[in-house]
Amino acid sequence: MVTETLPMAGAPSNLNKAGLAKNDYRGNPTTLCQGCGHNSISNQIISALYEMDIVPEDVLKFSGIGCSSKSPTYFLNRTFGFNSLHGRMPSIATGALFGNAQMRGIAVSGDGDTASIGMGQFKHVMRRNVNMIYIIENNGVYGLTKGQFSATAEKGLQLKKQGENPYMPVDICMEAIISNATFVARSFAGNPKQVKELLKAALSHHGIAVLDIISPCVTFNDQATAYHSYAWGKEHEQPLHEISYIPPRNEIMLEREMEAGEIREVALHDGSHVILKNLEKGYDPTNKEEALRVSNESAQNNWLLTGLIYVNPEKPTLTDTFNLVDTPMSRLTETDLRPDKSMIEKVNALMF
Amino acid sequence: MNKKVNDFSITIGTKNGSGSQTANNTILRAIFKMGIPVSGKNLFPSNIQGLPTWYTIRVNKDGFIARQTTNDIVIAINPDSFAKDLASVSAGGAFFYSDDIKLGINRTDIAIYPLPIKSLVRADTTIPSDFRDLVGNMIYVGALAHMINIDLETIHTALSFHFKGKQKPIDMNFNMVKAGVEYAKNNFEKKDPFYLEAMDATKDLIMTDGNTAAAIGSIFGGVQFTAWYPITPASSLAESVIDYLPMLRKREDGKKTYAVIQAEDELAALGMAIGAGWSGLRAMTSSSGPGISLMTEFAGLAYYAEVPVVVWDIQRIGPSTGLPTRTSQADLTFVYSIGHGDTQSIILLPGTLDECFEFGWKSFDIAERLQTPVFVLSDLDIGMNQWMSKPFQYPDAPMDRGKVLWEKDLEELKGNWGRYLDKDGDGIPYRTIPGNKHPTSAYFTRGTGHDEYARYTEDSDVYMRNMERLKKKFESAKNFMPKPVLREVKGADMGIVAFGSTENAILEAQHLLDKEYGIKSDFLRLRALPFTDEVTKFIEAHDQIMIVEQNRDGQMYKILLAEYPQYAMKFKSVAFHDGLPASATWVRDGILEKYQKAKSGKQKAEVKKTAKVVKPKTKSSKEAVTKKKSTAKKKK
Repeated sequence: MVTETLPMAGAPSNLNKAGLAKNDYRGNPTTLCQGCGHNSISNQIISALYEMDIVPEDVLKFSGIGCSSKSPTYFLNRTFGFNSLHGRMPSIATGALFGNAQMRGIAVSGDGDTASIGMGQFKHVMRRNVNMIYIIENNGVYGLTKGQFSATAEKGLQLKKQGENPYMPVDICMEAIISNATFVARSFAGNPKQVKELLKAALSHHGIAVLDIISPCVTFNDQATAYHSYAWGKEHEQPLHEISYIPPRNEIMLEREMEAGEIREVALHDGSHVILKNLEKGYDPTNKEEALRVSNESAQNNWLLTGLIYVNPEKPTLTDTFNLVDTPMSRLTETDLRPDKSMIEKVNALMF
Repeated sequence: MNKKVNDFSITIGTKNGSGSQTANNTILRAIFKMGIPVSGKNLFPSNIQGLPTWYTIRVNKDGFIARQTTNDIVIAINPDSFAKDLASVSAGGAFFYSDDIKLGINRTDIAIYPLPIKSLVRADTTIPSDFRDLVGNMIYVGALAHMINIDLETIHTALSFHFKGKQKPIDMNFNMVKAGVEYAKNNFEKKDPFYLEAMDATKDLIMTDGNTAAAIGSIFGGVQFTAWYPITPASSLAESVIDYLPMLRKREDGKKTYAVIQAEDELAALGMAIGAGWSGLRAMTSSSGPGISLMTEFAGLAYYAEVPVVVWDIQRIGPSTGLPTRTSQADLTFVYSIGHGDTQSIILLPGTLDECFEFGWKSFDIAERLQTPVFVLSDLDIGMNQWMSKPFQYPDAPMDRGKVLWEKDLEELKGNWGRYLDKDGDGIPYRTIPGNKHPTSAYFTRGTGHDEYARYTEDSDVYMRNMERLKKKFESAKNFMPKPVLREVKGADMGIVAFGSTENAILEAQHLLDKEYGIKSDFLRLRALPFTDEVTKFIEAHDQIMIVEQNRDGQMYKILLAEYPQYAMKFKSVAFHDGLPASATWVRDGILEKYQKAKSGKQKAEVKKTAKVVKPKTKSSKEAVTKKKSTAKKKK
């Protein structure tokens, strides 16, 4: 139903419109566990950027600390990246994106990094609508420190050394919506097709795009009864819709048998669209109250609700609000930055 | 009675939040505009409204304007501190007070001037009732002006400046000043010896506060990104950046070359600034001790990841539930090694307002040259109080953006570069900036776990190599540090080392030590860490060195001990930490306590004996110390 991006005529068939091969988007070999959900997400990031013809130098990578935060090493070697502090990635990204307001951030965090130590910065980067994708590779457990409960672990979860989790979990998507995020989606690493489509939509969004991706930890939290396991996800995933990303200027071709009311089309900031189909109850992701309602309902019922939960493509980003010069700020020189010599007298005259 | 002209102190005791700041600043500015050297120190509690607060003004024709611990003229407006204020007046002094305070006056050795402030304000029916308390303070300005000869013209100038030319408040306040003058003229007989006479000593100077100077300096340094979180006494620095940027960096197209963000906390403030610094922007944050504590982890990361960023620490006493509105120099050792593991910070130490301006721009050059955080340690006294200053000087050097490789540089290098490679042998690597389009420009930034090419490694040898290079970089830093200020005196047998806002107190203490005890001293005012060669030379040239600072533990003393263990015996710590701006008497008394007349190596007992021989005309050093302590107690 979606027209695939076609290679340029005359170019080798493995090059995209940016003239790059998929290899140009790869990173170092992963050092995470075999079967880790994070690796699958890294692969979808590579595919999404390659398919969208995004030049690696035009984006920035950010991460905090944890298994998830290691993963930016495993994609986009030609992209600047900053592996920062535990829970503090949002502030680094907020400042860094002022260097060149045309650039988009791709940030990877985990449930510990975001929902525990980094909850404050997470909420504030939402309300500032910083122009980046914020991926939470959510597995309910601390991996690098060997299997402690995270803040998204469900109450009653049994872990080998920890015993039973006594606390209610944090729902990252609901936190994001309440904090005025402009794009909120949940997905499941076991559903790579959906992950990729959501990534593409997120890349086309103007502003903060939260992707809470359930990404099972095969070493510490993959028992079939755990809510963040592959088995549970496969069994309990309830997609809100089937999502397809349509790049800008591509014709939207729908299957003939789709009927009105079964599909919804959402225009994103850069002219691209997402097509949502097989909607249950005509779900409208631009309705914030609905978004909170379905999120809460799924949390109450232990459903793994996936898809584009909320989107508002019209809000200005943080850097939009500053009316910055067109030249990237990092390219400005002394002429732009140091006031003229005549100003020193003016300033001295302003003092008493 | 002998007239005392242009040499006395005035202390005003009021309630916090009563609007007295306008009145007090008006007195200070008017005296300044009369050409007389003057200083004003706000001694205030952590409170918005109600608690006692004092403002102390020092007038001195010879330019000695450190805070004076004795009060020649006291103005008491606050009933809660009335008894203390009355007791604090020096014998032969003057006491003005608001006559609605019905407390007994038990002093006959001072001039008493009761002021009917409330009734005089009420008499002016043009003043709305909710403004009465605010403008009522101008009554004491007027009465004082009449009694000591403050020029009314300069008072008007000061009010015009304060109210930015707005006629209504200027008139309302000036009318009250005139009412105060009239009342004093008709009711008071001059019984005190204090007078002002216009001079010509301040006409080339400006008057402002250090935070304003720092903010404007930062703008002349091309600041592009500021993130901050409110904290006394640092807030006014960021607020001044916000105030002056639109004017100083105005462009024809109306677009901005800068951004300021109020962060959610100090962690985020420094995080954002580091992100911006990494992205090639001239980035800064400003805070005070408690905020700097929160920034510690990020400061360590920026040190290891080698990201340029400027951090202003307007020092105060901590923590939040301590004495947060009192000045201090006690963040020194903390900031010098801020961060986990082996770290060393570049620290700049402004001691004057024009240095706050100068380090405002220079700190960016140093940070970008060395690719590391630069901490500028100011304090509450210099940051928030009004100081006389030389006018700001336009930067005397072009911007130094450090070792940055753009596309054409990488093209020339054919992509052969390493982010942490010590190509020049000075420990300072080359960096690229995000947004560089060259396919070999990018690198992945992390803490110490990287090799010369920014590739991930935990190899021990590579780690050690990197740490040694960082150490070498700190050595190279000495080439870029502001040199200390040296004041040499002929025949000096002692050296004084100090830094920051204590300069005025030290210069006066030197004068007192010479005049009263015949002790001559050289003075080296440090302006940066790491130390430059001039510091070594100064230490080598003196047998005993007094390290004067405002903290309990003698922090600079400890740093000098660690840096120059071979000269340990020369160093004497003179540390003081009551939270009030430095006074010459505590510097003098502190030095006298440690001073050894004989050459180094003698026993302390002998020295004490010797010290007693060098007897002052009036009192021994020990007595002086006791006296000072009791005065301090009385004042509290």
